[in-house]
Amino acid sequence: MSSIATDGPITPRGAGLAPRREVGGLAAGLGLAIAAVLAIILANLWLPADHPLHLSDYAVSLLGKILCYAIVALAMDLVWGYAGILSLGHGLFFALGGYAMGMYLMRAIGRDGVYQSDLPDFMVFLDWKELPWHWTFSEHFLWALFLVLAVPGIVAFVFGYFAFRSRIKGVYFSIITQALTYAAMLLFFRNETGFGGNNGFTDFKRILGAPIATSETRAVLFALSAATLVGFYLASRWLVRSKFGRVLTAIRDAESRVMFCGYDPLWYKLAIWTLSAVMCGIAGALYVPQVGIINPSEMSPAQSIEIAIWTAVGGRGTLVGPILGAFLVNGAKSWFTVAFPEYWLYFLGLLFVLVTLFLPAGVMGLLRRRRVEAR
Amino acid sequence: MGPFRLDGLAGRLGTACLLALALALASPPAHALDRAAAAAMAGGSAGERIAAIQAAVAEPDATLAAFLQAMLEGRVRLLDGRAIVVEEDGSARDAVDGTPVDRVDQARSVVNNNRMRRELGNAIASLELFAPEDEVRLAAARRIADKPDAARLPLMERALAEERVAGIRALLAQARAAVLVTSPDRSLRLAAARDLGSSREPAVRALLEERLHGARPEEDEEVRKALASSLAAVSARVALGEYAATIFAGLSLGSILLLAALGLAITYGLMGVINLAHGELVMIGAYATWLTQQFFRANLPERFDAYLLAAIPVSFLVAAAVGAVLERLVIRHLYGRALETLLATWGISLILMQAVRSLFGAQNVAVENPSWLSGGLVILPNLVLPWNRIAIIVFALLVVATVALLLARTRLGLFVRAATQNRTMARCVGVPTARVDTLAFALGAGVAGLAGCALSQVGNVGPDLGQGYIVDSFMVVVLGGVGQIAGAVYAGLGLGVFNKLLEGMAGAVIAKILLLVLIIVFIQKRPQGIFALKGRSAEA
Repeated sequence: MSSIATDGPITPRGAGLAPRREVGGLAAGLGLAIAAVLAIILANLWLPADHPLHLSDYAVSLLGKILCYAIVALAMDLVWGYAGILSLGHGLFFALGGYAMGMYLMRAIGRDGVYQSDLPDFMVFLDWKELPWHWTFSEHFLWALFLVLAVPGIVAFVFGYFAFRSRIKGVYFSIITQALTYAAMLLFFRNETGFGGNNGFTDFKRILGAPIATSETRAVLFALSAATLVGFYLASRWLVRSKFGRVLTAIRDAESRVMFCGYDPLWYKLAIWTLSAVMCGIAGALYVPQVGIINPSEMSPAQSIEIAIWTAVGGRGTLVGPILGAFLVNGAKSWFTVAFPEYWLYFLGLLFVLVTLFLPAGVMGLLRRRRVEAR
Repeated sequence: MGPFRLDGLAGRLGTACLLALALALASPPAHALDRAAAAAMAGGSAGERIAAIQAAVAEPDATLAAFLQAMLEGRVRLLDGRAIVVEEDGSARDAVDGTPVDRVDQARSVVNNNRMRRELGNAIASLELFAPEDEVRLAAARRIADKPDAARLPLMERALAEERVAGIRALLAQARAAVLVTSPDRSLRLAAARDLGSSREPAVRALLEERLHGARPEEDEEVRKALASSLAAVSARVALGEYAATIFAGLSLGSILLLAALGLAITYGLMGVINLAHGELVMIGAYATWLTQQFFRANLPERFDAYLLAAIPVSFLVAAAVGAVLERLVIRHLYGRALETLLATWGISLILMQAVRSLFGAQNVAVENPSWLSGGLVILPNLVLPWNRIAIIVFALLVVATVALLLARTRLGLFVRAATQNRTMARCVGVPTARVDTLAFALGAGVAGLAGCALSQVGNVGPDLGQGYIVDSFMVVVLGGVGQIAGAVYAGLGLGVFNKLLEGMAGAVIAKILLLVLIIVFIQKRPQGIFALKGRSAEA
């Protein structure tokens, strides 16, 4: 079972492009992205509703949602594509970030809920008289932001420390992350946990004083998600090219050799793992106000495995690939579940099989092969 | 785990009761049902009728049960102040001496309201205390013991005087004590409190607690003392039964986990392939069992009980065939890429699930236990071991033994072990590894199918069946160690028992979470599971 050499993705080994052209390409890509975001917002806000190019609020929030998924796919790519750690539990970190933001949004409803109480509706429903301890400070937005970063980060750090320390890797690690998110899902399904049980959080009214369901708020959230994605993309780009990133890639391809060279893989893996989890948490926090609901099904193992397929479809080991993959798969999902709901799972299943069999490097690998052949 | 299934047993007892009634009807009356009493039971106000019934039940005879049954079924009429019973063919006879009666059309119907029906049902049940068959009396005594009713005290006394079977006597005595423990007479209360101490029933424990700490507790000091010591004795016995029940539930869960994980242990051990579609192979086995059942129901209804025996090879073969196809089409091409196999098999599991949904619908299908698996073995009042769960434990052990023999003693097993240890070397000495891979994968899939066949006897069969077991069975493999049958056995049974013990203490969800945490901690110490293959590889 020597799976080291073949298990890694196809790396852009010395991509062979001149730095100047590369920077130019990057700038062009960024410009294009900013233009696209502006165009979408303008098409939604300023074009009249009957204009052929008008984008509905639904479309904007769908795109915003996929942007959040793209952040998750990017985070997944950092650990899977660059460090060889396949996580089947990234949905957990996404959901934790979402729940942290959701707590604030629930408190921001104030007395406008169904029961007109200071407590969130589900607590009134459960006949709770006061907020449980872990809801302390949840009315403050800054505290919510802190939790969004801290909770996924700490959970990932502690779990990763123990897992990497005992050198659990490969499929073993994947299975255990799956068990982790499964356990968390069971926990969050319970009413006693204080996160709304299987209904989760919903019926948000406002965020930072602004009503949450208006086109303007949606546009701001959409722009924020886009900006976050771009920021993360640039940071990841810098990171994987740094010495740190090189060591990571080396660990992915031959962990024992790296160890024998005097590096301790634990801290490298742990750092990228925790960073990836925090990125997922931020994505979750952006996702919840746009979608308007968070519940434990986000933690289901199936949800987490889907993240892996976004990354795989786009092409792991590249940074643009996962973003592309998130858009492709989720775009297909939105279309299928409306047009042919029974066939979506067939399609998704086939996607898993065919991509792993025939497109191990994803769409990006396909494009690169084309480019090489064309030369 | 769901409630123990006893309805099969109860149904059989019900049939036995009817049989007993028919017998009683056929035999000549021991001493005749009083004509006036029969008329009083059939006519008058509801209160009068109930009083008459209760009076009659206190002095039962063999025809009374049949008469009450006929009344419950609405076959009793009143003709000139005489009670007559109408047979199913329309003829009528006198309720007391059985002489034929004509002029049925002039008879007045006897109408039973709900209260009457309940009273009649109770009366018939009480009369079963005097049935000739032991099991009918046992069931009747159990019903009375479960709901002791002061109004039936004379009946219990009478039955107790006539009863010879020790088990039934104990139940009756307990029911009587449960009534007497609230009697106004202090000495009766004291004796009852002492009598109750010999019980093993959870209901008695509740009753004693109620008497000690309930809304209207016992006031007398001496009786309280007797109650307390009885409570301690009963609690200890009940706790023993509950403890044994927990262990049994754990073994039962463990054997299911073991069956589900055994196939995984084979495929993962041999090929390093984590098969996320394994749960769906289990599901396919369960559906194969269901299809076999449907086939037997349609074509061989007289052999219906044998369907399960036929389903065992069918579920094995169907799942094995699906497994072999999967291996040839997909998994073969991904050897050496373990993580990608994970994703591809997940895709397969989605397709299989959706295919079953398209073919058989998203609803659960009903798989019945054959009659020889319904009911259970009563060990203690609160410890009933259902036959289907006992059968699963035995079945799991048989399957493990067969697989172990297959791996240890056959040529295929030799090849499998060779390929597991060193694939390249095995190929060099002429082991056809490609074929061995297919066969071994089919074997693992077939064992999953067997797991599905077993699961169909205790749980729901639906398209999502496999999803519920996949995380758990992986935990068994992770804990047991790669490719180790012994590891899977210990880990499966151990996890099952541990899970149930924790569930008793902390609730199902917390137990599950604790277990996962424990496994993660355990893997810190033994990253390769309980039983690791020893080797010197740095990558191990």
